[in-house]
Amino acid sequence: MSFPWAKNYEPKAPLMRWLDEKLPMPRLVYNAVGAGYPVPRNLNYFWNFGVLAGAALAIQIVTGIVLAMHFHSSAAGAFDSVNGTIMRDVNAGWFLRYAHANGASFFFIVVYIHIFRGLYYGSYKPPREMVWLLGVVIFLLMMATAFMGYVIVWGQMSFWGAQVITGFFSAIPGVGETIRVWLLGGYAPDDAALNRFFSLHYLLPFVIAGAIILHIWALHIPGSNNPTGVDVKGEQDTVPFHPYYTAKDGFGLLVYLALFSVVVFFFPDYLGHPDNYIPANPLSTPAHIVPEWYFWPFYAILRAFTSDFILPAKLWGVLAMFGSILLLFFLPWLDSSPIRSNTYRPKARIAFWVLVADVAILGYCGGSPASNTYIVLSQICAAYYFLHFLVILPMIARSERPTPLPNSITEAVLAKHGATAAAH
Amino acid sequence: MATDTVSNPGESPDHVSDPRRRDFLNIAAVAFPAVGGGVAVLVPLINQMSPSADVLAQSTTEIDLTKIQPGQGVITSFRKQPLFVRNLTPKEIAEADAVPVGSLRDPETLEQRTKDGKKNWLITLGVCTHLGCIPLGINEGDNRGKFGGYFCPCHGSQYDTAARIRQGPAPKNLAVPDYKFTSPTTVLVG
Repeated sequence: MSFPWAKNYEPKAPLMRWLDEKLPMPRLVYNAVGAGYPVPRNLNYFWNFGVLAGAALAIQIVTGIVLAMHFHSSAAGAFDSVNGTIMRDVNAGWFLRYAHANGASFFFIVVYIHIFRGLYYGSYKPPREMVWLLGVVIFLLMMATAFMGYVIVWGQMSFWGAQVITGFFSAIPGVGETIRVWLLGGYAPDDAALNRFFSLHYLLPFVIAGAIILHIWALHIPGSNNPTGVDVKGEQDTVPFHPYYTAKDGFGLLVYLALFSVVVFFFPDYLGHPDNYIPANPLSTPAHIVPEWYFWPFYAILRAFTSDFILPAKLWGVLAMFGSILLLFFLPWLDSSPIRSNTYRPKARIAFWVLVADVAILGYCGGSPASNTYIVLSQICAAYYFLHFLVILPMIARSERPTPLPNSITEAVLAKHGATAAAH
Repeated sequence: MATDTVSNPGESPDHVSDPRRRDFLNIAAVAFPAVGGGVAVLVPLINQMSPSADVLAQSTTEIDLTKIQPGQGVITSFRKQPLFVRNLTPKEIAEADAVPVGSLRDPETLEQRTKDGKKNWLITLGVCTHLGCIPLGINEGDNRGKFGGYFCPCHGSQYDTAARIRQGPAPKNLAVPDYKFTSPTTVLVG
């Protein structure tokens, strides 16, 4: 679906006309990212991050497929094939490995900005609930994929990460330990676990790609949200995706690739943990087990539970950690305010920035040792995280007086830039 | 169809019941093989993830106790997991016995956790029951925590001299695997 003023695809060359009749692929592309998709004229640079996430996934799939051609998926060979063969002997192997490892970090940076963009501008609200739900599904798939990718390198952090994460399942009352052994295919992470993680690490990115197609499909039915959060009223509010946003996204992509290159070429190990350059040793735990940075906030929530209360502390930690993500599925119904953009919601805007700070502090705690100060800080911040979504946001929606909304996107744009435009 | 039932009013009960019986047969005929086929496919697909025979075959470990002096501990491996073997001193045994069992999170006496007459040999998995890290305390000079047993620095679980959980997030005592003394100085685990 699209707006009535969307341009129709009209193939001119005979070959394109023939193709349009047999397999209308160019028509699909035209209607998705061409002039066939009218988009609000006021999108800011935060709207680049969807395309950047797609580019990040493409980089991961391409580098991942070729790395798999050199990877040995066995407990005896995995570490050496990554740190020996690929880094030293395979032509450009070092580049592909660093691009893949840092690509994961960049994928998460981009996706976190994309998620917070959605939170700030109310992109999760009707009529785009399905877009949000599919987004949360993609986020969960990304977390599973990133975790398994980190494990198969088979360094010390990989091994103990696998031990700890699969240890979550042993928190299930009664059958937990059986499930853990079943997941690992043994009593501790070993060949069986490594091989199944490798198999799934290769599979899931394609599942993510499928979920992204659904995510975009669901987005193109109501059309894109915009910084005012006001619905598109007419043709004057939109511009065709191509060339306007292909150009803007193209510029964003170049900036992204420049930053990515700086990290890949100059700081390739900055985002990783040095202990992962030690081969996995099942008989020695690192002094302080930490996941990759993008899991720190969730890890802090897991560690925030230290004493039993009806249920064992371990089960609480695991439930809260999964709950903190599953909670996002209910967000469209928890925040019932009819105003989408926080630009016009003074209280919700403050709550948003407090949440950003809260998640940042949780992240900092998750990356720090489990000493008392950080545990208490994570407890406060974990409590606030749940409070924000379950209490504060629903309450604000009821009590807040939004500032006046513009009548249309065009009116908002002219109010901002009209004076200068008239002067020229 | 409507005219059918109107023109043969006497037969209408049959007309109504016949399709229903047929529907039931159809559903049953499809459902049985579908469920059977589903189970036949799912069982191997799920069960393939259980430990394979070669993993299960590594399931016993023999330990020689002759060189472990009182107060010493060694770390060895059992089913690719760390195994703690500790020769407790009389003081450590007394400390473990002094704890009221009712006050423990996972109530067990040292007696229940060791073999008869071998109360000084404490053999447990070295796997923290919180999230599976290896606690400190088996090696000389390790931090043994507040209760003199084992200490997991990752999330702060503290175990006493009988390797029972005393403080922190771990829900259970360090697990005692199945083992037996094959001679006074040899233990077979598994």
